[in-house]
Amino acid sequence: MVHTFKFEDILLALDVESGAVHMLDELSFNAVNAVNSGMDPNSLPYPNEDIQDVLNEIEELKSGKMFDCPAPLPVNRGGQNVIKAMCLHVAHDCNLRCKYCFASTGDFHGERKMMSLEVGKRALDFLMEHSGKRKHLEVDFFGGEPLMNFEVVKDLVEYGRESEKKYDKQINFTITTNCVGLNDEIIGFINREMHNVVISLDGRKSVHDSMRPTVNNKGSFDIIVPKAQKLIAERGDKEYYARGTFTSKNLDFAKDVEALVDLGFRQVSVEPVILPENSPYAILAEHIPSIRSQYDLLAKMLLSHRKEGKWFNFFHFMIDLENGPCLKKRVTGCGAGNEYVAVTPDGDIYPCHQFVGHESFNMGSVIDNNLREDIRNKFKECNIETKRACSNCWAKYHCSGGCAANAYIFNGDIRKPYELTCELEKKRTECAIGICIKEREENDKV
Amino acid sequence: MKHIKTVQKSCIDTSVSTGCGECQASCQSACKTSCTVANQKCVNEKK
Ligand code: SF4
Ligand code: SF4
Repeated sequence: MVHTFKFEDILLALDVESGAVHMLDELSFNAVNAVNSGMDPNSLPYPNEDIQDVLNEIEELKSGKMFDCPAPLPVNRGGQNVIKAMCLHVAHDCNLRCKYCFASTGDFHGERKMMSLEVGKRALDFLMEHSGKRKHLEVDFFGGEPLMNFEVVKDLVEYGRESEKKYDKQINFTITTNCVGLNDEIIGFINREMHNVVISLDGRKSVHDSMRPTVNNKGSFDIIVPKAQKLIAERGDKEYYARGTFTSKNLDFAKDVEALVDLGFRQVSVEPVILPENSPYAILAEHIPSIRSQYDLLAKMLLSHRKEGKWFNFFHFMIDLENGPCLKKRVTGCGAGNEYVAVTPDGDIYPCHQFVGHESFNMGSVIDNNLREDIRNKFKECNIETKRACSNCWAKYHCSGGCAANAYIFNGDIRKPYELTCELEKKRTECAIGICIKEREENDKV
Repeated sequence: MKHIKTVQKSCIDTSVSTGCGECQASCQSACKTSCTVANQKCVNEKK
């Protein structure tokens, strides 16, 4: 399978199975497209010998295994049952009332609740006991708003550090926070202990304030920004993301990315909201064309900013063509319900944070050390080789099969990817490859 | 080649030795709402 596309002024072809990328001239672009659509390339309005040249070049690439490669044999995806990442819902409560919150403003459609230290310790023990030979483990403090239960976060990190020694593991702690509760002590702690911080901030003040009000229905932008800026200023080279959400009300979200960059954030991720079609904020099929052009705009902005020395990163435009993940990772994707689980304040286990509250996905409990293998197996078997839409999709090795939670929420089946997010994922993949190639070409010139 | 310029050689590692699983779970890194793995690094900087 070969996918062709235009990025800015260049024409590109991605050989799906090998990951090779080729830059095409107009003639070869049209010829490859003709072959892809079952047309005779000789019927194109170019001199025959030129067309023959192109066909010869294609043959040469094929023999070098860089063009139209066959799918590799399936690798063994069984392996051991290992859990390596955990999302700890330390607080099912929040001090903001964001209008698009998938956690129903923090309580996940249940009671507002905090995780006790005991449950948190059990969860970390559970992770240690189920992580087999894996050395690197991940624990994300999530909510609701995890800083509402900061003492437990602090104690759990301490407990985790002891467990690391006991089990000879390394835990990368991360936290996803709205920053409202930050103070100097907490900033110091986060910058010392957290491998990554995800800061929820939507971009322009007007956009942020209209979507992320406080409990008293006031804007939260002015509370958050100075604290978040302080946090990143003191963070040095450590990882963080300013993570925004766009909805149908700010389809011009490239401006929000720009606003975040102007505020000094260099690692930015702005994602489409996930809400059912009947929500006034939902992203609908009719919005796709304008979102696609926003991604184009964003790509242009990213390239020009970087050229001017104002470096920033947009999460979904990052790509590592040279040293990207192995095939197994590309085939199995996020690992939800298999390698990755979420734990609620009561100690219940779910396939991931987005399944929390969907009772049919309750996988057991860390308290009695019980895990439902039937649910786990369903997730394990859900990969780009078993999902029909994905196995035929050109973006499969970059996307890895999309989000199982979205598939379930929108199509009622974890194996049926949500088409709308597929469209956006494909566009972002094109931009990511395009940016990478453009920057390489620029660097080669100097 | 006159018409086609290869700008990235084959790069998906299909060798059997892969799949050690030490890399980051993809949803942990930034977005928490979608899966993208192409932007992740292999932790074994082998190439
Ligand atoms: S874009 Fe959609 S169809 Fe393609 S791999 Fe991702 S989830 Fe599957
Ligand atoms: S199912 Fe979706 S939200 Fe859950 S871990 Fe996977 S990509 Fe992330």
